[in-house]
Amino acid sequence: MLEIRNLHVNVGGQEILKGVNLTIKDGEVHAIMGPNGAGKSTLSYAICGKDGYEVTEGSVTYNGKDILALDPHERAGEGIFLGFQYPVEIPGVSNMNFLRTALNSQRRYRGEKEMAAVDFLKFVRACAKELDMDPEMLKRSVNVGFSGGEKKRNEMVQMAVLNPSFAVLDETDSGLDIDALKIVAEGINRLRASNKSILMITHYQRLLDYVVPDFVHVLAKGKIVKSGNKDLALLLEEKGYVGLGLEENAA
Amino acid sequence: MAVTEKTQQTVDEAVGDYKYGFITDIATERAPKGLNEDIIKFISAKKNEPEWLLDWRLAAYTKWLKMEEPTWAMVDYPKIDFQDIYYYSAPKSAEDGPKSLDEVDPELLRTYEKLGISLKEQELLAGVAVDIVFDSVSVATTFRKKLKEAGIVFCSISEAAHDYPDLMKKYLGSVVPVADNFYSALNSAVFTDGTFVYIPKGVRCPMELSTYFRINEANTGQFERTIIIADEGSYVSYLEGCTAPQRDENQLHAAVVELVTHDDAEIKYSTVQNWYPGDKNGKGGIYNFVTKRGACRGKNSKISWTQVETGSAVTWKYPSCLLIGDNSVGEFYSVAITNNYQQADTGTKMVHIGENTSSTIISKGISAGKSSATYRGLVKVMAGAENARNYTQCDSLLIGDKCGAHTVPYLEIKNPTAKVEHEATTSKISDEQLFYCQQRGLDIEDSVTLIVNGFCKDVMQHLPMEFAVEAQKLLGISLEGSVG
Repeated sequence: MLEIRNLHVNVGGQEILKGVNLTIKDGEVHAIMGPNGAGKSTLSYAICGKDGYEVTEGSVTYNGKDILALDPHERAGEGIFLGFQYPVEIPGVSNMNFLRTALNSQRRYRGEKEMAAVDFLKFVRACAKELDMDPEMLKRSVNVGFSGGEKKRNEMVQMAVLNPSFAVLDETDSGLDIDALKIVAEGINRLRASNKSILMITHYQRLLDYVVPDFVHVLAKGKIVKSGNKDLALLLEEKGYVGLGLEENAA
Repeated sequence: MAVTEKTQQTVDEAVGDYKYGFITDIATERAPKGLNEDIIKFISAKKNEPEWLLDWRLAAYTKWLKMEEPTWAMVDYPKIDFQDIYYYSAPKSAEDGPKSLDEVDPELLRTYEKLGISLKEQELLAGVAVDIVFDSVSVATTFRKKLKEAGIVFCSISEAAHDYPDLMKKYLGSVVPVADNFYSALNSAVFTDGTFVYIPKGVRCPMELSTYFRINEANTGQFERTIIIADEGSYVSYLEGCTAPQRDENQLHAAVVELVTHDDAEIKYSTVQNWYPGDKNGKGGIYNFVTKRGACRGKNSKISWTQVETGSAVTWKYPSCLLIGDNSVGEFYSVAITNNYQQADTGTKMVHIGENTSSTIISKGISAGKSSATYRGLVKVMAGAENARNYTQCDSLLIGDKCGAHTVPYLEIKNPTAKVEHEATTSKISDEQLFYCQQRGLDIEDSVTLIVNGFCKDVMQHLPMEFAVEAQKLLGISLEGSVG
């Protein structure tokens, strides 16, 4: 269970999150929507511990543990995964090598045995196959020369291999065509099926057609201003943030 | 006793011994400090060298006296007093070394552990006195037998002077002339150790040759001299150095390496250099002034240099190829890492002389801390070198904002049919890349290691397997503390 209490976060000296409260129980899928600049990405980076995202007040606990006291890689070891809005390129490092290093680092953190090379190879190929990724892509450098859709698919393969207990997906659906969107949705649903918790950050209700959330929250001006079920997303789609009185007309 | 007197006495003793045919131990451990003709005679006598070699050394010394220390490299270090250096010291006897690993610098042991070096090897590298017979000795003996059967000569340069004088006379100084530069002249006068390899016609050396096999026979020489000759149609892969940092009290190192390939022959020369780089504040560390050059004398011959340079306080090194034979090929793959206050000015020279010669240069420089890394390379196409080709790629990676990277390419093209390409990039390890790796579970140092290894992949893949794994770990260790 992830519990966020009164979370205040500064970025570059400016307060972006101004007291966020959110509880995500095991097996629940939450969606956070909100206008540009509301602090959606800041929330995901703060949960995962990115440098420069300074928590000035409040707490984040995961399964009772204060994760704000942990380094980013330790949070990953605790089972927290971030699906990036813009997956990063790492030239010269093959996907395969990257994943094996990552998985074994997490296993070491949890005091588990590293996975043998042969077992890993089978496992990662199976994950790639289920998400319809060409096994050749595993040999290529991480995200280098990948299309937008391929990068997002790669995020889903990484998620499948690392098998986190809690996943934050930061606009994983942005910039995807409908086929790629379905793949991403399938990746999320696979994780969901094994009773994992998921926080989806999205601009559009489109993804929510494929992954139906248990709860939908609206983040605006650094706070959660409205919560509801999937109908809230539909309402937002219809009327917009301004129409619902959640945001002043930007113009 | 005055120094000169003492020198005279020591030399007399040594030369005296020589006169009477004593080859075995001379009690003196060390020649007195400084350099003069007597010291050179002393060294030559210690090595029981033939007269022609002593004459050669003395001629080199005479030339060296008239030469100036080069100052064009982008490195900065206090002026060296060449009279304040020991030019000969016998290999350390076991009693002088630490008695057990407990007496060895824990920092060094930590590094060995990270590299995954076995305890026995750790003792060997740290110079611990161990009175049992090493496995490596028997291994080396087995290898030597195998090499001998193939007709391959693999011995120390001193042995070669005795046993293969014709080959030595023919090749010594034939690629790097004595007066090529200040340090090559110095080396020619005082070299004390090194390796000699001759691969006969048509022989493919059945194993990677490595000085590693000789590690317990002698400490790394201060002025090493290496000669490798690949006769027609032969092939050899030679590994120099060691990923593990070695105990070494000599501050100045000036090695000379000469390679020769005849028709259809190939030499692959790989180096991992990890000498003491000095401490975090830039105190101490080795000065590494090396002249390495290969001559592709035969047609269709090939010389390939691969180097991973992580150690030394100051590095000045340009492994080069003279592409004389038609269709000959020269390659240079380099990774140079500098951290803290290290300085490296390194690169290559590719001189195209024959027709249809081609060369490839891939240089990856990584600078961290307050260090400085310079790539300096020359591609020269002579008038007669029809259809010469060169491809050069120089990439620099910066870690932090207090380090420097410089690229200084020189092109001299005297034949209009030449095709020369040069690409250069400079990049930084981005916070985004680091966070991405960390979010997937790697700690900050593993993240840097992974990214840097990715950056160097084009070079690392040219290393022989047995070196590659250790070298990958080494990259990470060299950059410890550079981020975060």
